[in-house]
Amino acid sequence: MTVSSSPRAILSLPTDEEILVTREFAAPRHLVFEAWTTPELVERWWHANRGRVTLVEIDLRVGGKWRYVMVADDGMEVGFHGEYLEIVPGERLVTSEVYEGLPDGVSEEMGGTTNTLTLTDTGSGGTLATLLIKATSKDSRDAIIASGMELGLQDALDLLEATAQSLG
Amino acid sequence: MARAATTTDAFNAVAEPRRREILDALAGGERAVNDLVHELGVAQPQVSKHLRVLREVGAVDVREDGRRRLYRLNGAALKPIHDWVKEYEQTWSERFDLMDVVLDELKEKEEGDDSVE
Repeated sequence: MTVSSSPRAILSLPTDEEILVTREFAAPRHLVFEAWTTPELVERWWHANRGRVTLVEIDLRVGGKWRYVMVADDGMEVGFHGEYLEIVPGERLVTSEVYEGLPDGVSEEMGGTTNTLTLTDTGSGGTLATLLIKATSKDSRDAIIASGMELGLQDALDLLEATAQSLG
Repeated sequence: MARAATTTDAFNAVAEPRRREILDALAGGERAVNDLVHELGVAQPQVSKHLRVLREVGAVDVREDGRRRLYRLNGAALKPIHDWVKEYEQTWSERFDLMDVVLDELKEKEEGDDSVE
Protein backbone atom coordinates (compact mmCIF):
# COMPACT_ATOMS: atom_id res chain seq x y z
CA MET A 1 0.00 0.00 0.00
CA THR A 2 1.49 3.31 -1.05
CA VAL A 3 0.65 6.02 1.43
CA SER A 4 2.85 8.92 0.46
CA SER A 5 2.70 10.51 -2.97
CA SER A 6 4.97 8.99 -5.61
CA PRO A 7 8.49 10.29 -5.95
CA ARG A 8 8.92 12.49 -8.97
CA ALA A 9 10.85 11.58 -12.08
CA ILE A 10 13.41 14.29 -12.68
CA LEU A 11 14.73 15.11 -16.11
CA SER A 12 17.92 16.99 -16.83
CA LEU A 13 20.30 17.41 -19.76
CA PRO A 14 23.75 16.85 -18.25
CA THR A 15 25.62 17.45 -21.50
CA ASP A 16 24.74 18.53 -25.01
CA GLU A 17 24.21 14.91 -26.09
CA GLU A 18 22.47 13.49 -23.06
CA ILE A 19 19.04 13.28 -21.47
CA LEU A 20 18.98 11.99 -17.89
CA VAL A 21 15.90 10.74 -16.05
CA THR A 22 16.09 9.71 -12.40
CA ARG A 23 13.50 8.21 -10.09
CA GLU A 24 13.38 6.37 -6.78
CA PHE A 25 11.40 3.17 -6.28
CA ALA A 26 10.22 1.57 -3.04
CA ALA A 27 11.36 -1.83 -4.24
CA PRO A 28 14.68 -3.68 -4.40
CA ARG A 29 16.85 -3.51 -7.51
CA HIS A 30 16.17 -7.02 -8.75
CA LEU A 31 12.44 -6.35 -8.91
CA VAL A 32 12.91 -3.06 -10.79
CA PHE A 33 15.09 -4.96 -13.24
CA GLU A 34 12.42 -7.64 -13.57
CA ALA A 35 9.71 -5.03 -14.26
CA TRP A 36 12.00 -3.41 -16.83
CA THR A 37 12.85 -6.58 -18.74
CA THR A 38 9.79 -8.86 -18.59
CA PRO A 39 7.45 -8.44 -21.61
CA GLU A 40 4.14 -8.94 -19.72
CA LEU A 41 5.27 -6.37 -17.16
CA VAL A 42 6.66 -3.81 -19.63
CA GLU A 43 3.28 -3.99 -21.35
CA ARG A 44 1.68 -2.63 -18.20
CA TRP A 45 3.80 0.49 -17.69
CA TRP A 46 5.47 1.52 -20.93
CA HIS A 47 2.30 3.09 -22.42
CA ALA A 48 2.45 5.94 -19.85
CA ASN A 49 -1.38 6.18 -19.98
CA ARG A 50 -1.13 7.49 -23.54
CA GLY A 51 -2.38 4.41 -25.37
CA ARG A 52 -2.04 0.66 -25.53
CA VAL A 53 1.12 -1.42 -25.86
CA THR A 54 0.58 -3.84 -28.75
CA LEU A 55 3.97 -5.53 -28.91
CA VAL A 56 6.85 -6.17 -26.54
CA GLU A 57 9.67 -8.37 -27.77
CA ILE A 58 12.65 -8.87 -25.49
CA ASP A 59 15.57 -11.17 -26.27
CA LEU A 60 17.57 -10.47 -23.13
CA ARG A 61 21.12 -11.41 -24.05
CA VAL A 62 24.00 -9.34 -25.32
CA GLY A 63 23.41 -8.87 -29.03
CA GLY A 64 19.73 -9.78 -28.60
CA LYS A 65 17.06 -7.49 -30.03
CA TRP A 66 14.12 -5.72 -28.46
CA ARG A 67 11.10 -4.03 -29.99
CA TYR A 68 8.17 -2.14 -28.42
CA VAL A 69 5.10 -0.91 -30.30
CA MET A 70 2.17 1.06 -28.97
CA VAL A 71 -0.97 2.57 -30.43
CA ALA A 72 -1.54 5.99 -28.96
CA ASP A 73 -5.01 7.22 -28.00
CA ASP A 74 -5.18 9.23 -31.23
CA GLY A 75 -4.65 6.03 -33.24
CA MET A 76 -1.06 6.70 -34.19
CA GLU A 77 1.25 3.69 -33.99
CA VAL A 78 4.74 4.26 -32.66
CA GLY A 79 7.53 1.72 -32.55
CA PHE A 80 10.99 1.57 -31.05
CA HIS A 81 13.61 -1.12 -31.37
CA GLY A 82 17.22 -1.78 -30.51
CA GLU A 83 19.77 -4.21 -29.24
CA TYR A 84 21.07 -5.24 -25.84
CA LEU A 85 24.67 -4.10 -25.49
CA GLU A 86 25.42 -4.85 -21.86
CA ILE A 87 23.45 -6.74 -19.22
CA VAL A 88 24.20 -6.92 -15.51
CA PRO A 89 21.00 -8.28 -13.90
CA GLY A 90 19.72 -6.04 -11.14
CA GLU A 91 22.35 -3.40 -11.80
CA ARG A 92 22.84 -2.16 -15.29
CA LEU A 93 21.32 -2.45 -18.73
CA VAL A 94 22.74 -0.80 -21.83
CA THR A 95 20.71 -0.83 -25.02
CA SER A 96 20.63 0.91 -28.34
CA GLU A 97 17.32 2.49 -29.31
CA VAL A 98 15.89 3.68 -32.60
CA TYR A 99 12.57 5.45 -33.02
CA GLU A 100 10.83 3.95 -36.04
CA GLY A 101 9.25 7.25 -37.06
CA LEU A 102 12.46 9.17 -37.67
CA PRO A 103 12.01 11.92 -40.25
CA ASP A 104 13.25 11.30 -43.80
CA GLY A 105 16.93 11.94 -44.12
CA VAL A 106 17.75 11.04 -40.52
CA SER A 107 19.61 7.73 -40.47
CA GLU A 108 19.21 5.24 -37.65
CA GLU A 109 22.81 5.85 -36.78
CA MET A 110 22.21 9.59 -36.49
CA GLY A 111 18.82 9.41 -34.83
CA GLY A 112 19.48 6.51 -32.51
CA THR A 113 20.46 6.66 -28.87
CA THR A 114 22.36 4.52 -26.40
CA ASN A 115 20.38 4.10 -23.21
CA THR A 116 21.97 3.13 -19.92
CA LEU A 117 19.79 2.09 -17.01
CA THR A 118 21.65 2.03 -13.70
CA LEU A 119 20.08 0.73 -10.50
CA THR A 120 21.54 1.52 -7.08
CA ASP A 121 20.38 0.80 -3.52
CA THR A 122 18.98 3.78 -1.65
CA GLY A 123 19.84 2.28 1.72
CA SER A 124 16.24 1.92 2.83
CA GLY A 125 15.41 -1.11 0.73
CA GLY A 126 14.60 1.06 -2.24
CA THR A 127 16.22 1.65 -5.60
CA LEU A 128 17.46 4.73 -7.38
CA ALA A 129 17.03 4.28 -11.12
CA THR A 130 18.92 6.52 -13.52
CA LEU A 131 18.25 6.34 -17.22
CA LEU A 132 20.85 8.08 -19.36
CA ILE A 133 19.81 8.56 -22.97
CA LYS A 134 22.82 9.45 -25.09
CA ALA A 135 22.51 10.70 -28.63
CA THR A 136 25.33 10.59 -31.16
CA SER A 137 25.62 14.38 -31.30
CA LYS A 138 23.90 17.53 -30.16
CA ASP A 139 22.26 17.84 -33.58
CA SER A 140 21.05 14.30 -33.23
CA ARG A 141 19.63 15.00 -29.79
CA ASP A 142 17.83 18.04 -31.17
CA ALA A 143 16.46 15.90 -34.01
CA ILE A 144 15.14 13.36 -31.52
CA ILE A 145 13.57 16.06 -29.46
CA ALA A 146 12.16 17.79 -32.54
CA SER A 147 10.65 14.55 -33.85
CA GLY A 148 8.67 14.28 -30.64
CA MET A 149 7.24 17.75 -30.93
CA GLU A 150 4.21 18.90 -32.79
CA LEU A 151 5.36 22.33 -33.73
CA GLY A 152 8.25 24.51 -34.48
CA LEU A 153 10.99 23.54 -32.10
CA GLN A 154 13.66 24.39 -34.61
CA ASP A 155 12.10 27.82 -35.12
CA ALA A 156 12.18 28.35 -31.40
CA LEU A 157 15.81 27.28 -31.17
CA ASP A 158 16.78 29.54 -34.05
CA LEU A 159 15.02 32.41 -32.39
CA LEU A 160 16.75 31.75 -29.11
CA GLU A 161 20.09 31.55 -30.80
CA ALA A 162 19.49 34.82 -32.59
CA THR A 163 18.49 36.41 -29.30
CA ALA A 164 21.59 35.07 -27.61
CA GLN A 165 23.81 36.36 -30.36
CA SER A 166 22.24 39.79 -30.17
CA LEU A 167 23.20 39.87 -26.50
CA GLY A 168 26.77 38.87 -27.23
CA MET B 1 28.75 15.42 -10.23
CA ALA B 2 30.87 17.35 -12.71
CA ARG B 3 28.89 19.19 -15.31
CA ALA B 4 29.96 20.15 -18.77
CA ALA B 5 29.62 23.80 -19.68
CA THR B 6 26.06 24.26 -20.82
CA THR B 7 25.77 27.93 -21.45
CA THR B 8 26.10 27.68 -25.21
CA ASP B 9 23.19 25.33 -25.49
CA ALA B 10 19.75 26.80 -25.03
CA PHE B 11 18.28 23.39 -24.43
CA ASN B 12 20.54 22.55 -21.55
CA ALA B 13 20.23 26.00 -20.10
CA VAL B 14 16.48 25.75 -20.06
CA ALA B 15 16.13 22.09 -19.14
CA GLU B 16 18.17 22.09 -15.92
CA PRO B 17 15.62 21.33 -13.18
CA ARG B 18 16.41 24.32 -10.95
CA ARG B 19 16.40 26.69 -13.90
CA ARG B 20 13.01 25.36 -14.94
CA GLU B 21 11.75 26.29 -11.48
CA ILE B 22 13.09 29.80 -11.98
CA LEU B 23 11.42 30.00 -15.39
CA ASP B 24 8.16 28.78 -13.88
CA ALA B 25 8.39 31.50 -11.23
CA LEU B 26 9.13 34.13 -13.87
CA ALA B 27 6.12 32.93 -15.82
CA GLY B 28 4.15 34.54 -12.99
CA GLY B 29 5.70 37.93 -13.77
CA GLU B 30 8.87 39.94 -13.26
CA ARG B 31 10.96 39.09 -10.24
CA ALA B 32 14.01 40.49 -8.49
CA VAL B 33 16.72 38.05 -7.43
CA ASN B 34 15.57 38.24 -3.82
CA ASP B 35 12.00 37.38 -4.78
CA LEU B 36 13.30 34.20 -6.40
CA VAL B 37 15.48 33.42 -3.39
CA HIS B 38 12.38 33.54 -1.16
CA GLU B 39 10.06 31.82 -3.59
CA LEU B 40 12.34 28.89 -4.34
CA GLY B 41 14.25 28.67 -1.07
CA VAL B 42 17.58 28.63 -2.93
CA ALA B 43 20.64 30.64 -1.90
CA GLN B 44 21.19 33.94 -3.69
CA PRO B 45 24.51 33.00 -5.37
CA GLN B 46 22.85 29.94 -6.95
CA VAL B 47 19.90 31.95 -8.17
CA SER B 48 22.23 34.57 -9.65
CA LYS B 49 24.31 31.90 -11.33
CA HIS B 50 21.23 30.31 -12.93
CA LEU B 51 19.93 33.69 -14.03
CA ARG B 52 23.25 34.42 -15.69
CA VAL B 53 23.05 31.19 -17.67
CA LEU B 54 19.47 31.92 -18.67
CA ARG B 55 20.46 35.42 -19.82
CA GLU B 56 23.35 34.08 -21.86
CA VAL B 57 21.04 31.95 -23.97
CA GLY B 58 18.43 34.69 -24.22
CA ALA B 59 15.85 32.92 -22.10
CA VAL B 60 15.38 35.84 -19.70
CA ASP B 61 15.79 39.59 -19.97
CA VAL B 62 16.77 41.98 -17.22
CA ARG B 63 16.00 45.64 -16.61
CA GLU B 64 17.07 48.15 -13.99
CA ASP B 65 14.40 49.41 -11.62
CA GLY B 66 16.04 51.88 -9.29
CA ARG B 67 18.55 49.82 -7.38
CA ARG B 68 16.94 46.54 -8.27
CA ARG B 69 17.36 44.41 -11.33
CA LEU B 70 14.16 42.77 -12.50
CA TYR B 71 14.15 39.59 -14.52
CA ARG B 72 11.48 38.45 -16.90
CA LEU B 73 10.87 35.63 -19.33
CA ASN B 74 11.93 36.31 -22.85
CA GLY B 75 8.64 35.62 -24.53
CA ALA B 76 7.34 32.70 -26.47
CA ALA B 77 10.68 31.59 -27.89
CA LEU B 78 11.20 29.53 -24.82
CA LYS B 79 7.90 27.82 -24.50
CA PRO B 80 8.31 24.90 -26.92
CA ILE B 81 11.51 23.77 -25.19
CA HIS B 82 9.97 24.08 -21.79
CA ASP B 83 6.86 22.24 -22.94
CA TRP B 84 8.87 19.42 -24.48
CA VAL B 85 10.93 18.86 -21.37
CA LYS B 86 7.82 18.84 -19.23
CA GLU B 87 6.03 16.44 -21.56
CA TYR B 88 8.99 14.08 -21.67
CA GLU B 89 9.37 14.20 -17.91
CA GLN B 90 5.64 13.62 -17.54
CA THR B 91 5.75 10.57 -19.82
CA TRP B 92 8.44 8.99 -17.69
CA SER B 93 6.66 9.99 -14.47
CA GLU B 94 3.54 8.17 -15.60
CA ARG B 95 5.53 5.12 -16.66
CA PHE B 96 7.21 4.99 -13.28
CA ASP B 97 3.93 5.50 -11.41
CA LEU B 98 2.50 2.54 -13.34
CA MET B 99 5.65 0.58 -12.56
CA ASP B 100 5.07 1.21 -8.83
CA VAL B 101 1.90 -0.87 -9.09
CA VAL B 102 3.76 -3.66 -10.85
CA LEU B 103 6.52 -3.54 -8.23
CA ASP B 104 4.04 -3.70 -5.35
CA GLU B 105 2.67 -6.90 -6.87
CA LEU B 106 6.12 -8.38 -7.36
CA LYS B 107 7.00 -7.58 -3.76
CA GLU B 108 3.82 -9.20 -2.45
CA LYS B 109 4.40 -12.25 -4.60
CA GLU B 110 7.96 -12.56 -3.35
CA GLU B 111 6.90 -12.20 0.30
CA GLY B 112 4.20 -14.79 -0.32
CA ASP B 113 6.73 -17.20 -1.79
CA ASP B 114 9.00 -16.71 1.22
CA SER B 115 6.27 -17.60 3.70
CA VAL B 116 5.31 -20.78 1.90
CA GLU B 117 7.34 -23.76 3.03
